[in-house]
Formats: sequence, C-alpha cells, structure tokens
Amino acid sequence: MSTLTQTQEALPTGTWREDPVHSHVGFEIGYASGIFRGSFTPFEAKLDVAEDGSGTLVGEARADSVHALDENLTAHLLAPDFFDAERTPLLRFESTEIRRTGENVAISGELTLKGVSVPVELEGTIGDAFPHPSGTERMPLHLETTVDRRAFGIDWQMELPDGQPALANDVKLSADLFLVKE
Amino acid sequence: MKVLGISGSLRRDSHNRSLLHAAAELLPDGVELELWDGLKAVPPYDEDDDVEPAPAAVTDLRDAIAGADAILIATPEYNHSVPGQLKNAIDWASRPLATNPLRNKPVAVVGASMGAFGAVWAQAELRKVLAATGARVVEGEVAVGHAHEKFDADGRLADDALRETLGEVVDALVTVTRARDLLAA
Repeated sequence: MSTLTQTQEALPTGTWREDPVHSHVGFEIGYASGIFRGSFTPFEAKLDVAEDGSGTLVGEARADSVHALDENLTAHLLAPDFFDAERTPLLRFESTEIRRTGENVAISGELTLKGVSVPVELEGTIGDAFPHPSGTERMPLHLETTVDRRAFGIDWQMELPDGQPALANDVKLSADLFLVKE
Repeated sequence: MKVLGISGSLRRDSHNRSLLHAAAELLPDGVELELWDGLKAVPPYDEDDDVEPAPAAVTDLRDAIAGADAILIATPEYNHSVPGQLKNAIDWASRPLATNPLRNKPVAVVGASMGAFGAVWAQAELRKVLAATGARVVEGEVAVGHAHEKFDADGRLADDALRETLGEVVDALVTVTRARDLLAA
C-alpha cells in the first residue's frame, strides 16, 4: 500500500476576486533613513481557474490609488517624477503562468507601471479554500517580488550631500490577497 | 494656448526678460506668451502669512499659473543658483504642495547670464525645484552666456544658434502642453 502523499498542484476552479477589506497591496522601498511604505487602495484582483486547474491572475489599480502616510508624499508619487498618474493612470499585472507546489506558488507575468511593461516573477504562498460564515468560499494568496523601479522609467533620484542616493532602486511589492469565489 | 512667461530677474533691462520676448516671437500661431510682472511684489515666504486670503501678490501669482496652459521661466544665476526672489515665488506657488497650481503644469526653463555659462546651474536647480512641486518639467535648456553681447540694441536675440535652440525648447513646451490637452479631452 502506498503511503505517498499527493502534493496539490492544481488551483481550485472558478473565478476569485479580492475581498477589498481584508486584502492589501503595497510596496516598500529603502530611503536615506529607513523604509518607506505605501499601498494601493482600491485595487482589483481576479483569479480565473479553468477546469484543468490552470489559472490566470490579473491585478489592476489606478495610479491615483497610491497612498502614503503623508499627503505631500502621495502627491509626489502621483507627479511626473514617479507614477505620472496624469499620463499613465493605470497600473496592471497579468500572469502568463501560475505554478503551484503544495502551499508554494510561483507566478510569471507582466507588470505595467508608468506605461512600461516588464516581465516579473512573483513568489508566495496559497492556502486552502474554506467556507466563510457569509456563505462564500475564500482562499488566501500571498505574493511578492522585488523590481528595479528604473526598468519602468521611474528613475527619480537625488544625491545626498555625502554622495549616497536618497532613494533605493529596488522596490519590494507585495499582495496579501483574500480571494472570494464568485 | 497661453504661456505664462516669468523672468527671474527684476532689472528693468533684464536679459532674461529679453529672452522671453525672443521666445514669444518663436511661438506657433495660436499660442501667446503673457509676461508676468509681479515677481518683485511677492513677500518673503512665511507660513504664518500662508493663510486665506493669501497676500495679494501671491494670489496674483497663483491665479496667473492656474490660468496659463504652460509656463516658461527665464532665469539668471546668482552664486551658481536660482535667484532668491524667484525661488521664493515658487515656494509660495507650491503651497499647499499636494494641490498647488504647478502640479502637472508643463514648464520649460531657459536662462541668460553675463558670465560664460548662461545660467546652466541655475537652470538645473530650477528644474529640480519645479519637479518637486509636481510640475511637468520639459527637457532642454537654453544657455545664453555673455548675455550683454547676445542681444542687439532693440533687445532682440541676435545669435542664430541660440534662437534655434530656444525655438526647440519652445516647441517642446507647446508639444507637451498640447498632449496634455488631448489627454484631458
């Protein structure tokens, strides 16, 4: 008798969308004196899983949904120096491949910021779907990646008096999604 | 389309004002340059005074910026940097930062100085300052060095190469401004 445990590789079928209250999409970037964080509120995420267990993940947010904990910094993020929300109002991710091994998930796809699309690899974890008291089925999905913002033309920089850059180029992006089955 | 011209020099026979007049002659049909002459009246920035109603000269500046489709600033250079009164006026205009009238406004910077370098450092610093306000800063510079030799007795820019460069910067400003109008349409 085999004792082999089967590793879950398929995604649960159906269309899943973000629970806006319990999901969070944000970024972290190093600057001169610490870590600067921000988030995108609202955003939309949609995971479509076919009968064969293959899936497509699409995430979208308006550039002007970016939020930092200071209105002047938020305004700077919207300006031509950063997202240039007036000219490029939409931020988007679309997967090209989702690979699952148990609770680990790796997603290849294309991220579009400031009108520039760059291939990215997301890694993270996925939980089992479970029934929620509201009657819907829910599933957690956590993803993150690190990108060089200059690849998207977001290359604002200012040298500090000691010659060090004021802002890092690597930005950590994370999505803590709580998905609800339609 | 209306371009607001601001000279960073207050002097009556300012070369930078002459440079703005030269730019006005190079504007395409349908684009007019309006010179703003209120710079000298802007008081020193004081947050205590930055309340409603703002000082009259400040309101005049903010309204002039809000009412223009684009801005062209001609700056001299004082001690390798932006003249204090011009910087002070931009500081006033930039408040409150998140909603100030320079936000997304197309702005080009040119400059003239009596020295050899044509205010290149002042122009670079001014671009940095304008970007911080959220303005859409147009690429390109016009460095009129030895300015006292470059304008004729009538105040016209007599150097063909500089006129050509100035025309390119003005064209870039108009192009960026038209693109913004299309986006809004």
